[in-house]
Amino acid sequence: MSSPTTVEASSKLASKCPSGPLAERWSKHRFELKLVNPANRRKFHVLVVGTGLAGASAASSLAELGYSVSAFCIQDSPRRAHSIAAQGGINAAKNYQNDGDSVHRLFYDTIKGGDFRARESNVHRLAEVSVNIIDQCVALGVPFAREYGGLLANRSFGGAQVSRTFYARGQTGQQLLLGAYSGLMRQVGEGQVKLYPRHEMLDLVVIDGVARGIVCRDLTTGEIKSYAGDAVLLCTGGYGNVFYLSTNAKACNVTAAWRAHKRGALFANACYTQIHPTCIPVSGSHQSKLTLMSESLRNDGRVWVPKAKGDTRSPEQIPEDERDYYLERKYPSFGNLSPRDISSRAAKQVCDEGRGVGASKMSVFLDFRAAIERDGVDEIRSRYGNLFQMYERITGEDPYRVPMRIYPAVHYTMGGLWVDYNLESTVPGLFVLGEANFSDHGANRLGASALMQGLADGYFVIPYTIAAHLAGRKLGKISTSHDEFKRVEQGVRERIERLKNAKGKRSPDSFHRELGLLMWDKCGMARNADGLREALVKIRELRDAYWQDVKIPGDAAELNNVLEHAGRVADFFELAELMCMDALHRNESCGGHFREEYQTPDGEAKRDDANFCYAGAWEYAPESPSGKVGWSMHKEPLVFENVKLAERSYK
Amino acid sequence: MSSSHDTHASHAAAPTHEKKHLALTLHVWRQRAATSEGKFVTYKLDDVSPDMSFLEMLDVLNERLIANGEEPIAFDHDCREGICGACSLTINGQPHGFERETTTCQIHMRRFEDGQTIYIEPFRANAFPVVKDLVVDRGAFDRIIAAGGFITARAGSAPDANALPIAGDVAESAMDAAACIGCGACVASCKNASAMLFVSAKVSHLALLPQGQAERSRRVLAMVEQMDKEGFGNCTNESECEAACPKGISVANIARLNREYLRALACGD
Repeated sequence: MSSPTTVEASSKLASKCPSGPLAERWSKHRFELKLVNPANRRKFHVLVVGTGLAGASAASSLAELGYSVSAFCIQDSPRRAHSIAAQGGINAAKNYQNDGDSVHRLFYDTIKGGDFRARESNVHRLAEVSVNIIDQCVALGVPFAREYGGLLANRSFGGAQVSRTFYARGQTGQQLLLGAYSGLMRQVGEGQVKLYPRHEMLDLVVIDGVARGIVCRDLTTGEIKSYAGDAVLLCTGGYGNVFYLSTNAKACNVTAAWRAHKRGALFANACYTQIHPTCIPVSGSHQSKLTLMSESLRNDGRVWVPKAKGDTRSPEQIPEDERDYYLERKYPSFGNLSPRDISSRAAKQVCDEGRGVGASKMSVFLDFRAAIERDGVDEIRSRYGNLFQMYERITGEDPYRVPMRIYPAVHYTMGGLWVDYNLESTVPGLFVLGEANFSDHGANRLGASALMQGLADGYFVIPYTIAAHLAGRKLGKISTSHDEFKRVEQGVRERIERLKNAKGKRSPDSFHRELGLLMWDKCGMARNADGLREALVKIRELRDAYWQDVKIPGDAAELNNVLEHAGRVADFFELAELMCMDALHRNESCGGHFREEYQTPDGEAKRDDANFCYAGAWEYAPESPSGKVGWSMHKEPLVFENVKLAERSYK
Repeated sequence: MSSSHDTHASHAAAPTHEKKHLALTLHVWRQRAATSEGKFVTYKLDDVSPDMSFLEMLDVLNERLIANGEEPIAFDHDCREGICGACSLTINGQPHGFERETTTCQIHMRRFEDGQTIYIEPFRANAFPVVKDLVVDRGAFDRIIAAGGFITARAGSAPDANALPIAGDVAESAMDAAACIGCGACVASCKNASAMLFVSAKVSHLALLPQGQAERSRRVLAMVEQMDKEGFGNCTNESECEAACPKGISVANIARLNREYLRALACGD
C-alpha cells in the first residue's frame, strides 16, 4: 500500500522510524538505541521546560534514571500546569472490559480519528505504552474510579466503540497531574531535580548546531538569566490561545516553542486545531476564556436543535417531532458520541442554518431529560454532578431542569514542533513532548488521548530516546559564560525594551482579542482561501500596529503580568500568520482542518491523499530575499503499510 | 457556506437580553513588593455585567487602569475553571468569597448587589508572603509535598493496575481527599494560619490506598515536620478551613492526620 502520494521527502525530516513489523518496531528501536552508563548519567544535565503531564513525567523519570534535571514552569507551582484541567479521562488498551479492545484497535482508532495524517509507527507505540501508563499512575496513587469489587472502571469516550477510558470523576487530568507532580517533587526533595517556578523561557541557545541552553525571565524579579544543559525538553503545551478565547488556561502560550522555531526547529501542521464541541457559549464581550463541559456528557446527553429556523420557543415547549437530533440522524452508528471535529462542524452547520438556540442563536441543546427519566436524577447527579454544578454557576441555569446550551470552542492544537520518532526536533538536542509536538494525533485528536500522549512521551519514550543524543553525540562542556548565551540574553533584553518603549495607547489584551477574533473568523472551524488571504493581510497590519501602539505600564524588573502577556501576544501574531499560510497551502479538508472548497456533497471533509498525505513542516526563513515569505515548507510523506486509507465515515 | 459573520457573532456574542448592570465600589489591596507597605486603594465601577466572572470584572478594571497609564492590579489566576488552584483573593474577609465550595474564578457577578462595596485582599499568612498586590508565594506547599507527599513508584516498575483491587468506597474516600487543589484558602481562613487541612488531605489520600502503606509512617512525619518548619500554625478545631475549602475537603481528614501522626510516632513502620 505505502504512501499514495508522490510527495518528495525533505532531507531535513528524517523520521528515524524503525522498519519491520509494526508491533515489533518500538522494542526493536529500544534495543538499537544507545544507553548511557548509570555512572555517567549524573554528568548530563537536562533542562525540562513546562511541568504538565509531559514535563513532570519526563523530569521525574529522567531524574529517577540518575540524570541531573532542572525543571522550569511559568506557574507559581508545577502542580498548576494546564493538564490539570482535563476532565474526561485517559485511554489505554487494557481490554479490562473484554469488549474487543486491543493495542491494534487503539492504534487503528487513533490513526483513523486523526484522519490518516499521523505516523503509523508513533501511534502504534503510543497504543503499546498506554497500558503501562495506567499501571504507573495506579502505583503513584491516582484514585481512578473503581467498581464495587475493586477493579478499575472504564467508560467509552468520544468516538470510541469500546470502553477503554480510565477516569477519576470529572477530574482525571487533575489526578494524573498530581500523581506526576508528586513524583517530580520527590525528586526535588532528593535534590535530583532543581525547580524553577515562575520562570518563563524566552529563548533557546544553540551552540555548534546543538541545543545547549535556555534564557529565562524570572517572573518575580524580572531578572534575565541563562541556564546551560546537555539537552532541552520543551513540554510547553499547545497554542490554542492564539484564538484568544479557548478552553486553555490564560497563561498557555506558544512562546517557548516559537522561540525554538525561530532558532531552527521546524513547525509542522500549524493549521490542525481542535474545536471541542461541548463548551459553554460566550456570554458577552467581557468573556476572558471558555469553559469546556466534558464530552463524557455526550454519553447521556442528546444534542438537538429545533427543526424550524428561528424557533424561539423554550425547549420544553418544542414537541419531540419538531426537534432535530442531528448527530443521531446524520451519524446513526456513533450518534451523540461522534468525534470532536465532526460534532463541532455539525453544530456550526445547524447554527449557520439559523436553527441555533439561546440569546445569541449560537448554541445547541445538550439535553439530559431522557437520561434522567431512564436512570433517575440521582444516578445522573452521581455521574455528572460537578459538571452540572459548574454549568449552573457560569450560566445561572439548572441543567437538571432545562437543557444545557453548548457551542464549540478551541480546545487543542494537533500541530506543533516537528519531531522524529525519538521526539527530537530538527535542532539536535531539542526534544519536544506532549501537546507541544505535532506527532501522534494527525489532523484530529480523539477524546482522552491527550493525557495518554503526554504521559507516554514523559514516562516511556524520552527516558529511552534521549540516550541516542546524550550517548551518540560528542557534547563538550559548556557554561553560561559562553558568548552565545550573552548574545541571546542581550536579544531577549532588547525585545523587552522594545515592547516597553512602544509607549502606545492599547493594552496587549486588546490586540490579543482582535487577533483572536480574526483567527476564529478566518482560520477557525471552517476556512476558505479568500478568507485566509484576507487574514494574512490583516494579521501583518495588526502585528505592525502592535509594535507601535502597545502600552505596557509598570517596571520590567518586577512582577509584571502585562509585560509577560505582551511578549506572548507578539509571538501569537507570528504564529497566526504561519497557521493561515499552512491552512491556505493545504488544499484539502482533513480532521480539524476544514476547507470549505473541499467537501463532499453532504458536507463532510474531503481529503486529498494523492497530494496532501504528508506532514508539512515549516522552516523559519527570515532572510528571504522577496521580503514577503518568511517560511519555507518541508514535507514528510506519510506511509501507511498497516492500515488502508479510507474515507473517515462515522455513519 | 461561508459564515464568517455568524461565527464572528458567536465569538463576540452581543447579549440580546438586557440585564441590569451593577455599580460597585472596590477596595483593593495594593502592595508594590514583599517588603513594601501595602494599602487599600478604592476603585469605582458602574457598568459591571452580571454575567461576568469576578476575575473578568478585575480584567475590565485592569484594562481601564492601563488606559489611564496606571499599573494594573496583579493577581494569580490561570485555568479559570476552579481546578488549577492558582486564583486566591480574600473577598470581603473570606478566602474565595462567600459562596460555598467555589473558587474565586468561578464566582459570577450576578451574586452581587447593585451598589455593593467589596474588599479584595490577598490570602494572608506568614508562610504565604505577598509577592505583589494580591499575589502571594505558596511555595511552602510544594516543599511539604517534596518532603513526603508521594508514593515512591519509579516509572517502569509498576505491577498491573488491576493486580491490587481497591474497594470502590475506599477509592472514593481517597478521591475525596485527593480533590484538594492546593490553593491555600484553608490557611488564609484559619486564625492560626494552619496548613493542617492541606497536609491532612494528602496524608489521607495516600494512607487510605494500599499502594501508600510502605511509606505511611515516614510520610506523615516528614510532611508534618516540614509544615512546622514553614511557619504554619496549629489546628485549634475551628473548622474554618473546611468552610473555606473550594473543594469541600472535610476536617475529618485532620482527625486522620492526627491519628496517622500518633501511630507513626508510636509504632514507626
